[in-house]
Amino acid sequence: MPQIRRVSIERNMTIYEAESLKEELVDAVHGAPDGLELDLSRVAEMDTAGFQLLVLAKNESRRLERPLAIVAHSPAVLDVIEFYNMLAFFGDPVVIAAEDAR
Amino acid sequence: MDEVLAVFTVEAREQLAAMEEGLLRMEQGDRDPETLNAVFRAAHTIKGGAGVVEIHAVEKFTHVLENVLDRLRNGEIEVSDELVTLLLRGCDHIGALLDSVEQGEPDGDLVAAGAGIADGLRAWTAGPPVAGGGGGAPRHPESEAHRAGGDTAISDCWHISVRFGRGVLRNGMDPLAFLRYLLSLGEIVHMTTLTDAMPEAAQMDPEACYLGFEVELRSHADKEAIERVFDFVRDDCDLHILPPNSRIADYIALIEKLPEETMRLGEMLVGSGALTADELARGLALQQGQAETAPEAGKPTIGEILVGQSAVQPEIVEAAATRQKQVSEKKAAEARLIRVQADKLDHLIDLVGELVIAGASANLLAQKSRQAQLFEATSILSRLVEDIRDSALQLRMVQIGETFNRFHRVVRDVSKELGKEIELTIGGAETELDKSVVEKIGDPLMHLVRNAMDHGIESMALRLERGKPAAGQVGLNAFHDSGSIVIEVSDDGGGLPRDKILAKAVARGIIAAGQNLSDAEVANLIFEPGFSTADQVTNLSGRGVGMDVVKKNITALRGTVEVHSDEGLGSRFTIRLPLTLAIIDGFLVGVARASYVIPLEMVVECLELPGDAGDSHYLNLRGEVLPFVRLRELFEAEGDRPARENVVVVKAAGRKAGIVVDALHGEFQTVIKPMAAIFRHLRGIAGSTILGTGEVALILDVLALVGLAAANENVPPGAIPARI
Repeated sequence: MPQIRRVSIERNMTIYEAESLKEELVDAVHGAPDGLELDLSRVAEMDTAGFQLLVLAKNESRRLERPLAIVAHSPAVLDVIEFYNMLAFFGDPVVIAAEDAR
Repeated sequence: MDEVLAVFTVEAREQLAAMEEGLLRMEQGDRDPETLNAVFRAAHTIKGGAGVVEIHAVEKFTHVLENVLDRLRNGEIEVSDELVTLLLRGCDHIGALLDSVEQGEPDGDLVAAGAGIADGLRAWTAGPPVAGGGGGAPRHPESEAHRAGGDTAISDCWHISVRFGRGVLRNGMDPLAFLRYLLSLGEIVHMTTLTDAMPEAAQMDPEACYLGFEVELRSHADKEAIERVFDFVRDDCDLHILPPNSRIADYIALIEKLPEETMRLGEMLVGSGALTADELARGLALQQGQAETAPEAGKPTIGEILVGQSAVQPEIVEAAATRQKQVSEKKAAEARLIRVQADKLDHLIDLVGELVIAGASANLLAQKSRQAQLFEATSILSRLVEDIRDSALQLRMVQIGETFNRFHRVVRDVSKELGKEIELTIGGAETELDKSVVEKIGDPLMHLVRNAMDHGIESMALRLERGKPAAGQVGLNAFHDSGSIVIEVSDDGGGLPRDKILAKAVARGIIAAGQNLSDAEVANLIFEPGFSTADQVTNLSGRGVGMDVVKKNITALRGTVEVHSDEGLGSRFTIRLPLTLAIIDGFLVGVARASYVIPLEMVVECLELPGDAGDSHYLNLRGEVLPFVRLRELFEAEGDRPARENVVVVKAAGRKAGIVVDALHGEFQTVIKPMAAIFRHLRGIAGSTILGTGEVALILDVLALVGLAAANENVPPGAIPARI
């Protein structure tokens, strides 16, 4: 039975964390042969460096032909991905916040 | 006027000159896009500058002008005489606005005139693309081809294409911030994020930036404002901005410039709405069509790229880096130039002048003291002073080309006014002369050029009748000749009518009837006051303020002007001016107890006056007749002639003469002190100077003396060299 691993990132995703985050994300992809679910609901801050790492993780999982899904976005994460018009790239369902949905 | 404003007006005038030059070239058929771009940039710089110093009249007006230029640049309208005339009037108006800025507030007339021109310009921005407004110019196949190249995209958005450098994030800058800032300028219609540059996980540096963006921005901001958004990362990103409705060819060119794969970019541009699929196909087909017609061009076409290329080309990234390097090098080159206030420079020259005098004095004292070491020290000092003098004067030297170039516009306007076809040819534009001379020579030159066009060049019908080409030629030429600069204004028109001039001169009582004059003498009669042979007084010349004023102005610069004319073939005015007004190398001579200075560059040789010269006024110089003047007689010096006299052979305006003096004192560097007004009319004296001893020495006006010597003699035929 396929074992989908879930990783929750519980810190900021910015240039300051980039070095260790890269390791963490790449390891997570490598350590989840059947697929990875990322929970980003508790990421308070995200910048371009953090965004790049998400792209990297996605690219890496595609290369290894393993599914990667972002199952939960914090507003900060969603904001960046939306601004960069990359929702389609990640292809994850996004919960539209009530205030945006009016 | 505060300093920033002063700098702005000076720079704006330079930009205006550049604009005018470009527009004239375009009128003459220059279709190089770079010419148009230069004009556009100039207009844009003026507008930007005006905005900074808050001269809104200039900013607003230039904006209108720039809109027209932008449409021209996008190929929406075509260059026509009518349009160039209007744009040139626009330039004039900006110039007038700048004048009014320097003098205070713009007056009502100026504002009204500006509104008129602006309305005229707006008509060009409102018209339909290409077909309209063009003044119904005949459409030939060539212009059709041009239009095909000028196919524009329907997108009304700015297209911003930016690739951030690797170091951006590490330098604490976030592309997110810059791109978000774009929202303050307008609406981001579409954004494409390119991650193609990102390597695989193992090679990926988490702190490097691998992103590129293609942004569609709907905004009324101008290109500069958009560029300014990226100011902080300007050196660390590759930025391309295409204005709304850019030519499809520009998009294709952009695609070729960007590092990503062509096909992907093409699709992406279609995806983001910058181009429609149809437009892209047309653009690519066009590119390919051009490649087929010019197969020898080694540049890979998009077609080839589509087939052969499948990866990112690293050398393109390298090219981008090189380009940035070139930009920064250019900046560095600009920084090597500094602007200095003209009066600061004048002050420096004054001081150097005093230094020269003081140095000469010290030198003289050292010589008298007979102390070898002191003498040596002062010699070194005077050599250095000489160098300083030369470099200081060099600072003020400017090329005459800029002055000449102004006449392109004059010739264009006047020839239109007169209904004649006239071409201006310029030679020796790189000839340098003192800035103060350049400033003062403009008016006399203007008069001569206008005169040549109005009176010199015949009407087109008459020219054809005389077997000349329909288009008249006016030439401006400059060159250095023995310490002076010679400026020539020539035309291939009718020349000066000898008989008419003679009749007029007799009528005015300038010469007696029946007086025998050489052709050259007759021609030069036109410089006499109140002389005009024009039957009709035109708008341009013939109003009595004529050649005499030109001559006066040039004489005031210690120069001369003469005219040579071949009736039916044309005439040429030759202006001869000293290179500088301030300091000369002189040759010191003595007569009785007084000292005189002869400008060194005019001295040919010195010899002893043969004892048998007696009271005659010429001597035999190696078989040549050399007329001479005796300064002792001329200036009625006291005392008897010394046993031995010397002749200084001088040459001026192509003529040689001797000046007989008592003693030769040698070379002497000297600062010219102009003569006071009451001594102006003295013939033979050009100025005065102060010697190291504190005595005053007069500087001889060699040209006048040569003339005097020649007049003393019955000059044998041919002694005045024929001038073409």
